[in-house]
Amino acid sequence: MSTRESILAAVLKNQPPASPLPDISAFQGTDQDIVARYRAVFTGIGGSVFEVENFAEINDRIRENFDATKRILTTLPGLAGYFEQLSTTADPRTFDDVELAVIEAQLAVAENGAVWLPEQRMGQRIIPYICQHLAVVVPVATIVPTLHEAYAQIGEGDYGFGAFIGGPSKTADIEQALVMGAHGPITMTVFILK
Amino acid sequence: METKTKDHAALAEAFIRDEEHVNWHDGALWWIRQKRDIASKQIPEWEALRETASRIKSNVLSNLHDYLLQFEANLIKNGITVHWASDAEEHNRIVYSILKAREINQMIKSKSMLTEECHLNEYLAERGIDVINSDLGEYIQQLDNEPPSHIVLPCIHKRKEEIGEIFHEHLGTEKGVSDPTTLTRFARRHLRNAFITRRAALTGVNFAVAETGEYVVCTNEGNADMGAHLSDVQIASMGLEKIIPQKKHLGIFLRLLARSATGQPITIYSSHFKKPRAGQEMHLILVDLGRTRQLGRPEFRESLKCIKCGACMNTCPVYRKSGGLSYHNTISGPIGAILAPNLDMKRHADLPFASTLCGSCSNVCPVKINIHDQLYQWRQVIVKEGFAANTKVLGMKAMAWTLSSPNSYTRMGRAGRWVLNNIPFAINNKLNPWYKQREMPDGPKESFGEWYAKNQKENGSDKK
Amino acid sequence: MTVGLFIPCYVNQFYPQAAIATLQLLQKLGLHVVYPPRQTCCGQPMANSGFEHLTQECNDLFLENFASFDYIVAPSASCVLHVKQHLHSTNDPALAERVRSKVYELVEFLTDVLKIDHLKARFPHKVGIHQSCHGLRGLYLAQMSELNARPFSKPVQLLNMVDGLELIDLDRPDECCGFGGTFCVAEEAVSVKMGRDRVTDHVKNGAEYITSVDLSCLMHLEGILHRNKSAVKAVHIAEILNSTL
Repeated sequence: MSTRESILAAVLKNQPPASPLPDISAFQGTDQDIVARYRAVFTGIGGSVFEVENFAEINDRIRENFDATKRILTTLPGLAGYFEQLSTTADPRTFDDVELAVIEAQLAVAENGAVWLPEQRMGQRIIPYICQHLAVVVPVATIVPTLHEAYAQIGEGDYGFGAFIGGPSKTADIEQALVMGAHGPITMTVFILK
Repeated sequence: METKTKDHAALAEAFIRDEEHVNWHDGALWWIRQKRDIASKQIPEWEALRETASRIKSNVLSNLHDYLLQFEANLIKNGITVHWASDAEEHNRIVYSILKAREINQMIKSKSMLTEECHLNEYLAERGIDVINSDLGEYIQQLDNEPPSHIVLPCIHKRKEEIGEIFHEHLGTEKGVSDPTTLTRFARRHLRNAFITRRAALTGVNFAVAETGEYVVCTNEGNADMGAHLSDVQIASMGLEKIIPQKKHLGIFLRLLARSATGQPITIYSSHFKKPRAGQEMHLILVDLGRTRQLGRPEFRESLKCIKCGACMNTCPVYRKSGGLSYHNTISGPIGAILAPNLDMKRHADLPFASTLCGSCSNVCPVKINIHDQLYQWRQVIVKEGFAANTKVLGMKAMAWTLSSPNSYTRMGRAGRWVLNNIPFAINNKLNPWYKQREMPDGPKESFGEWYAKNQKENGSDKK
Repeated sequence: MTVGLFIPCYVNQFYPQAAIATLQLLQKLGLHVVYPPRQTCCGQPMANSGFEHLTQECNDLFLENFASFDYIVAPSASCVLHVKQHLHSTNDPALAERVRSKVYELVEFLTDVLKIDHLKARFPHKVGIHQSCHGLRGLYLAQMSELNARPFSKPVQLLNMVDGLELIDLDRPDECCGFGGTFCVAEEAVSVKMGRDRVTDHVKNGAEYITSVDLSCLMHLEGILHRNKSAVKAVHIAEILNSTL
């Protein structure tokens, strides 16, 4: 018998009698003050939030807050005139010098501050991790209250990779002292686009 | 390999000698417990989430065979190569063969308790393959040649000065530098080079979705992603019990996991891996390593519900005062103490006794594992299987005989306070460990029974 | 109503004053209380050490002593919990089940069965409550700090009826003291460290007395207080509730 068959046989022999799957449809949040809640949670995590009207304003905020002499990439067509467009075919190792990546989320979650990024929104999977700073544009109407609504919207999803990202990369492994930028971005900024 | 020379009590005693250090360790973990309390109390439906998560996991255990088949079929459809391993040796051999076939001799690995249990790094090192642990805490433990002491906070037992010294010795940082930000930045630069140059990356798995064939890896540092997305070959190792039925169930588990673990609303990165990148290979290894045996133990199978949040460790006063390494097992603390005897009952016979059965672990568990009840049950099994010390067995038999007979009990009680001589915590003998740091109560002139016979019988209050 | 007084073995030997207070308190409340003299031990020290299979004779003896009472009351949450969870009988399982349902720890008997709303007691001191884990998480005498659930506390409810008594707040309101039965000698170092830390919390917050529903916890904490020559005293809750100082 192969390992696979012997494991499956042991599981079948040892698993307990059927136990029904609970209904989880009752879990849901509310839309009340959703933008304010998102903002409070994400700021609490150590992220920055700007509410903006248009792409020009995003460009202004970026130039105020980041070093525009360094490499800034974006996947957003709306920012094409301002920053380098991300190549989806380049070797991912070549992004090691990216100072700031600006990408757009499919949705954001008020209860935990996280944004949902399927890989099409990242351009390349490595982008939101390898950059020194990450900026994510969140259209205001895409903010949902909890993860339950988020997964309902995501559905099966047409992606090979997707991630919730909820703040700058962090560690507290040395004496529980919080340090931003363990391996990934040192800061994360969300632009809530009205 | 883990070498066991002392039991939990002896290792804990050694840990406690540095009282200032213990107080710091206890306080740091209690602080995390408090953050967990605050986070959980912001969710009105918290207890319902725990109950639901527990019931989903019950369903998983009862239907694991079919879910594994469904998961496997979806993985294959998604272009992921599936492997099955019954034990550590087979798991390690599979990883080695994948790397060998591509002539890869360097790998980067994010946190995976399973590969720690398998001693993968040692196995690969013996065959000329170098592995770097990329989680900062695990990296520090690797440099210091120690296993992790906590599943979420691998080096929580170390002070920053100690870590500064390790960095100085192994990485050449300036002597005396111990500032956490400075050390973290140094490790960031050092490990980034490893991420960029290593062609193979291995990750653990937090949740595996049967319905879609994707798996979710949660980190705060982003180290799993840095490794995976820069690799040509990506390997994931998972225990069989990590399956969840449907994607929407991630909503339940991800709401519970980080809040329970650290009090964060969600881990910074919750990465959903479904298909390889263009040009990349992806492998997933399904590992048994005792899981099917535990599944067959009705009183202990619920331990397989564990989502490895570490909340039971943070709340456990014994863990906080004794340190994770005193459990001499990859998974330490209360959950480790109910998982370990399944793997090797003799070697881990002490662990279910390293608890006061206070029950706090069961209350913080996000999937409601009855941890303290299982600790009690393991004690019964370990004694029945003959792993209790002989002296203890004789003592307990004598106690049972005396307590079962009111006459012998009363006679001994009068003669020399039987309890003083026989109840383990009350043995009136200066060699008894009780007296090392505590007094016993002053023996009263008479027992309650004697007082009652004199003062109450005559007024007839015991007549019904 | 006749109440069988269950006085655990070590309470009988070491803390007769707590047993006397329990008896007197119940009598003051007008109950007919009987102490069956042939009682020994509930079997917990053996069961918690992994020897539950040796406790059948303790169980039989317990049934013989207590089966006839309307209620069985003990000043010990830990022993009560053991009886409630583990009292079994091979000869008469139904009897064991009936007896299990009649066993009460003193505090819960006062709040849940007698439902008392006042007491004639006076104890003009600062008191810290040590929550026994078996009382808290086993018998649910108070809300557990880990849960997101409505707070309540049966010991506080009773202590609030005592004249002059001032309850202090603790930094960690329901952490284990480290007694743990045989744990207290098998894991002496951890046990004592846990106990010392509980004592420090009470002392730091101004307690003159530490009280509890379990004398096993108190014996451990008192042992540490005495060794350190502390002026803080350990006292069972029955003695406070029966106090007329």
